[in-house]
Amino acid sequence: MDLQTITYVVVGATFALYIGIAFWARAGSTSDFYVAGGSVHPVLNGMATGADWMSAASFISMAGLIANMGYGGGLFLMGWTGGYVLLAMLLAPYLRKFGKFTVPQFVGDRFYSKTASMVAVLCLLAASITYIIGQMTGVGVAFSRFLGVTNEAGVFIGMGVVFVYAVFGGMKGITYTQVAQYCVLIVAYTVPAVFISLNLTGMPIPQLGLGSEWADSGVSLLAKLDHVITDLGFGKYTTQLPGSKLNMFVYTVSLMIGTAGLPHVIVRFFTVPKVKDARASAGWALVFIAILYTTAPAVAAMARLNLHATVNTAVKTMDGDLYATESSIVYDERPDWMKRWEVTGLLKFTDKNGDGRIQYYNDKTKNADVIAKVEAAGWKGNELSVNRDIMVLANPEIAMLPNWVIALVAAGGLAAALSTAAGLLLAISSAISHDLFKNIFMPDMSEKQELMTGKIAMACSIVVAGWLGLNPPGFAAGTVAIAFGLAASSIFPALMLGIFSKTMNKEGAIAGMLAGLGITMFYVFAHKGIFFIKGTSFVDLLGGPSPFFGISPNAFGAIGAVVNFAVAFAVKNMFAPPPQHIQDLVEQVRIPRGSKAVDGSH
Amino acid sequence: MNEVHEAGEGYWAAVLKLLFTVLAIWFLVSYGAGIIFADALNGIHLGGYPLGFWFAQQGSLYTFVFLIFWYAKKMAALDIKYDVHED
Repeated sequence: MDLQTITYVVVGATFALYIGIAFWARAGSTSDFYVAGGSVHPVLNGMATGADWMSAASFISMAGLIANMGYGGGLFLMGWTGGYVLLAMLLAPYLRKFGKFTVPQFVGDRFYSKTASMVAVLCLLAASITYIIGQMTGVGVAFSRFLGVTNEAGVFIGMGVVFVYAVFGGMKGITYTQVAQYCVLIVAYTVPAVFISLNLTGMPIPQLGLGSEWADSGVSLLAKLDHVITDLGFGKYTTQLPGSKLNMFVYTVSLMIGTAGLPHVIVRFFTVPKVKDARASAGWALVFIAILYTTAPAVAAMARLNLHATVNTAVKTMDGDLYATESSIVYDERPDWMKRWEVTGLLKFTDKNGDGRIQYYNDKTKNADVIAKVEAAGWKGNELSVNRDIMVLANPEIAMLPNWVIALVAAGGLAAALSTAAGLLLAISSAISHDLFKNIFMPDMSEKQELMTGKIAMACSIVVAGWLGLNPPGFAAGTVAIAFGLAASSIFPALMLGIFSKTMNKEGAIAGMLAGLGITMFYVFAHKGIFFIKGTSFVDLLGGPSPFFGISPNAFGAIGAVVNFAVAFAVKNMFAPPPQHIQDLVEQVRIPRGSKAVDGSH
Repeated sequence: MNEVHEAGEGYWAAVLKLLFTVLAIWFLVSYGAGIIFADALNGIHLGGYPLGFWFAQQGSLYTFVFLIFWYAKKMAALDIKYDVHED
């Protein structure tokens, strides 16, 4: 069978599996729809959380991102996992004990105010919708790349599949399909990684391979990589920084608290039977996530070394001259996988010095040694542009793995995109049906009506998300980072204050959320334009890009969170403390005793 | 009600103490070893890994996993000690 047929068969089989699960796990009640009946085993919930969490970006782009950033890429690895420690200790068990369906419902009840609940809904929708735009474009990209259909057709197929299990199954359908999707994506990610690690180091476990010797040479793989890329004018892999140490620090904080504050992740912990399970389940979630997140840096470094070795034969030797004429491979003799990916535009060759060979190096380097070598060799600029996604997508072909592995990677990428999209859609539709309709517009709805409202809200959300995926606003590339900034600066502090400060009143919490959200949006808009409209950025008025101690806009959520806390405490002192029954409620939330199945009653 | 309240206060103090211990370790491995002291630690090698780099891309993650399970176990013990556990 040829590659295309195998890919269709494998992807088709996984879709049939998801739809089969959806048929089995239909939602019969609002409890099924919002929290999967509150009866999910903590280990299974951990798997579902893993799939919920790891998006198309984690699966396809992260390794490439780390490959480019080197050491600094660690900020994504630490940031996107360290947040689970915060979630397990600061939020998940307490919100589970509170025992309601949604995050805004906690904010509304704890701060005894519909306004607080509305502000929380606003923050939730802002974070989740910006996040889902990235996922839907990811679904389109994954489909078009793997299945050879157009981007639009890809988004439509993706919408259709999610529709089946999200509308009929709600959280219940989503949970069990996410478990299956986790299995597909983790196998798809680790199998090529094992082979590439074996190839380069003789060590099958990628996490150990990254710290092993390169091809029995006596030199470690990382030292070899450092040597090759600094010789070609790139930054040193093991120490390269993203801007500054301070920026890396603050960026990591933003990602961690953003992770802990993302509603679609938090609600996953409402589906387990007990408070104790919520704590353990966060641990299991991190186990399943860490399997991919500790493999990714190995894939990153190995794929980067592989890519250089492919286009420059001197890389494979111990002390070969990277600048010798015959080291750069002849374009017409390039391997087949390069030809295949050139068609997609992810790889591009321009023969700047007209010698018919591929020279791949950093032509923006300021290193005088490198510049001298480049001139002596007659190189006229970097000739290969490489999209970072290639590091994962082309991996199986670079490692010469059989076609079924390539098909598996396709199914894995799609599983990652669909599972995250479904989790976000649930967070959005339950905010609409439960927090807006049931709590504010139509409090007299029966359970049956609410279930129907939830399903309709889900269907509408899918259509809107699909539309946004097809017509992504100009800022699509930065959306996921912005979602973290919003969650970090608005939702996380409000939830933490609600649990850890018994005397926090509604005025303080609302002012804090608005201030955190406001200052973060202000900083982001300053760089990217007011509401992302081109030409309205005003960062020059503030003194050039990253004016605040060199902190980049994507890293600013942590500063927003600090502002949120500070404003909340300042405003709190100007108003009356919360009523006694709210303080009693906080005491009840803090202890596990008396927990009951999650429900939506008031 | 008052009994619950008092048990709750002792429990909460113990919970906060555990919380600060876990957060201290959490901070030391990621922000400490992985970022602030990474350069100094890079002088030490763990196999082929410079140690600071290892903490930023591997070690922190393993520690996080361990921390959550350790925290969950300690909390379960506290729940029983202060008699606030679920049935």
